[in-house]
Amino acid sequence: MTIKTSNEPFLTRLKESEQDTFMQKAVAKAQDAQWDKRTAARNELGHWEQWRDLGEQIRQHVIRYLPDYLEEFADNIEKHGGHVFFAKTDKEASDFIKHLAEEKQVHHVVKSKSMVTTEIDLDKELLKIPGLSLLETDLAEFILQEDDWDEPTHIVFPTLHKNRDQIRTIFQKLGYTGDNDPQHLARFARTYLRASFLKADMGITGCNFGVADSGLINLVTNEGNADLVMAIPKTQVVVMGMERLVPSLKEAEVLDNMLARSAVGQKLTSYCSFSTRQVSGESDGPEDFYVVIVDNGRSNALGTPFEPVLQCIRCGACLNVCPVYRHIGGHGYGSIYPGPIGAVLSPVLRGYEQFGDLPFASSLCGACTETCPVRIPLHELLIKHRQVMMNKLHTDKSFNNVIMKGIGVATSTPAMFRMALTADHVAMAPLTKHAPITVENEYPEGIIRKAPSMAKGWTDVRDLPEMPKHSENFRSWFKQHHKEQEAKQDD
Amino acid sequence: MKVVIFSTCIVDLFFPNVGKAMVEVLERFGCDTEMPVKQICCGQPTFNSGYVKETQPVFRNQIDALLSIDADYIVGPAGSCVNMLREFQVQLKDDPEYAEKAKQVAAKTWEFSQFLYRVLGVLDAGAELDATATYHRSCHMTRLLGERTSPFVLLDHVKDLKMVPLPHIENCCGFGGLFSVKEPEISKQMVDEKVDDVISTGASVLISADPACLMNIAGRFNRRGEKIKIMHIAEVLNHNVDPSRVKYVPEAERDELYAGGYNQGFTQSDVKKEVGA
Repeated sequence: MTIKTSNEPFLTRLKESEQDTFMQKAVAKAQDAQWDKRTAARNELGHWEQWRDLGEQIRQHVIRYLPDYLEEFADNIEKHGGHVFFAKTDKEASDFIKHLAEEKQVHHVVKSKSMVTTEIDLDKELLKIPGLSLLETDLAEFILQEDDWDEPTHIVFPTLHKNRDQIRTIFQKLGYTGDNDPQHLARFARTYLRASFLKADMGITGCNFGVADSGLINLVTNEGNADLVMAIPKTQVVVMGMERLVPSLKEAEVLDNMLARSAVGQKLTSYCSFSTRQVSGESDGPEDFYVVIVDNGRSNALGTPFEPVLQCIRCGACLNVCPVYRHIGGHGYGSIYPGPIGAVLSPVLRGYEQFGDLPFASSLCGACTETCPVRIPLHELLIKHRQVMMNKLHTDKSFNNVIMKGIGVATSTPAMFRMALTADHVAMAPLTKHAPITVENEYPEGIIRKAPSMAKGWTDVRDLPEMPKHSENFRSWFKQHHKEQEAKQDD
Repeated sequence: MKVVIFSTCIVDLFFPNVGKAMVEVLERFGCDTEMPVKQICCGQPTFNSGYVKETQPVFRNQIDALLSIDADYIVGPAGSCVNMLREFQVQLKDDPEYAEKAKQVAAKTWEFSQFLYRVLGVLDAGAELDATATYHRSCHMTRLLGERTSPFVLLDHVKDLKMVPLPHIENCCGFGGLFSVKEPEISKQMVDEKVDDVISTGASVLISADPACLMNIAGRFNRRGEKIKIMHIAEVLNHNVDPSRVKYVPEAERDELYAGGYNQGFTQSDVKKEVGA
């Protein structure tokens, strides 16, 4: 899978999401539960807004001095005998790892959850090697793999769209005979995976944070699978986005703390490891250690108004508060990065032709911006994307573009607006339908059930109030009211 | 004190009763109201759709209009539009002619309910409404303007009004300006959940401080043939008023309301950062 998860047009994906009522209920339930857990975990820490300031400062600082930190980090990896590969594109990254696997004659690869390996389509590339087996060991990713590589629909909870019965059916293909109890299902997966860990000769992980001044890889999980992936196989490959650095352990501590609270409402994840190549005298850890640092479009954001998107620590909190994600789910976005962060990031990585619909899939309610632990102004960046498309690239060639420019003129020209106010409801009269009115105090003049042109989108879903006559609108009333007030004062 | 009414295009075009109620309440509490005729719109329809260049003249017209009358305050009946007025200072910070004017506008602009509570110190507006109601908290008023308190305090003091909490109050109603028109497929699902949540409260009245959200939720209620009464908070506070019931916030607590309890929205902190206020 690459960044794009679907070749279907946006509207088709929306229709499919709307019909997937199971997914919608699952997302709504998860959002509601996470809302309380996240708030509690943040309140427990206290001074959350100041923590956000600190998180933002750390991330902004790293992005500003990114070349320096990348150099420091790479030097330290190499100092411990590890190797660093800078990949400009997804293909460069996956090719490098594929060649490495061939060169080392790898037979069994185990992976722990990593969005960036999904982004570079690594699984598919590695599986091209004859005789190579590959296993995702994060429980959710394992389920997706066994379900014929189904697409993840959330960056933290990849199988949010599946229920326990579906998972049971998937596991039955692997020989599971038990019921749909999540605990039994998890135990089965654990036993199944354990055998694979022990025979693996290459481990592939992502990276939550790379620590620049020590070359340590910081990984947080709740399953401990990443630690086994790092500890057992002889060869380890760490794949990371080029922005995922922190200066030192001090900053990693701050961000891990905020990440766990924001992502899953925990104080800290069950496992939080800092590791590197095997140090002499140790019995576990990789002997061959590779770090692949991936650009793949990230540098498009540098030096642009979109730079703050690189501050992201992939906590997924913005997905968990988003009312649009709540209804259309990950599938609706058609990107492995869905939700508000995905709607900002996907067009940065891959452009507007593929992802130009996403920045419009937001009501700009600001819930994402409010919850973001590192203060990415997400809803403002969505407007920025719209601005690039409308003002610079002129991507909208439809009549709506003409209407929008017309609205711009009308709302900046008092005489034109006055005309609109005095045009009276005469122009709208043919649209008025004598449909039943069940809502009180909203439609003194009646309703419009079917409007033409751009307003059609409104009346496809809801009724529109008919406008009051000129003599009865607010401006006319105020003028009259003022006259009466003045007359009173003159008396 | 002199108050310029920021009428908002939505009230001008659709909801005269909201404007009237606001003016009547403000005058009851001693405000001289004025309405500059050249004002039009805060610019959100075009700005939020990406037509940023086309919106610059909208900002400038609005500023010229609102400053054309020398008043102490500018007050509007819609949290979202009021927030946009306050953001003009960010959008125009590099405009040699308008940067300063935009700051002046921001410094004296208030949303109706927060003006009543935080500036005029009104606790009980003297209104009465014998009903069970729930309140829709608009996203922009809550998150961007940072006003989470004033409407609730004022509504809690309305005689005979029973307020019931709205489930999922944090979720957007699906209006989102032209989002509702451009993405009806998504907007419909959002507003349907909002309608369901309002119905689940058993309330007979839905109140908000943003007429546009109300227009969206009401429109879906009506399309579904469901019953509800829609009231803007100004209409509630102007209902069956008995001046003898009016109560004010004690003098000693006023300063804190004005300065401390407000401006907690994140945009406001960005505004401060950007304009060095």
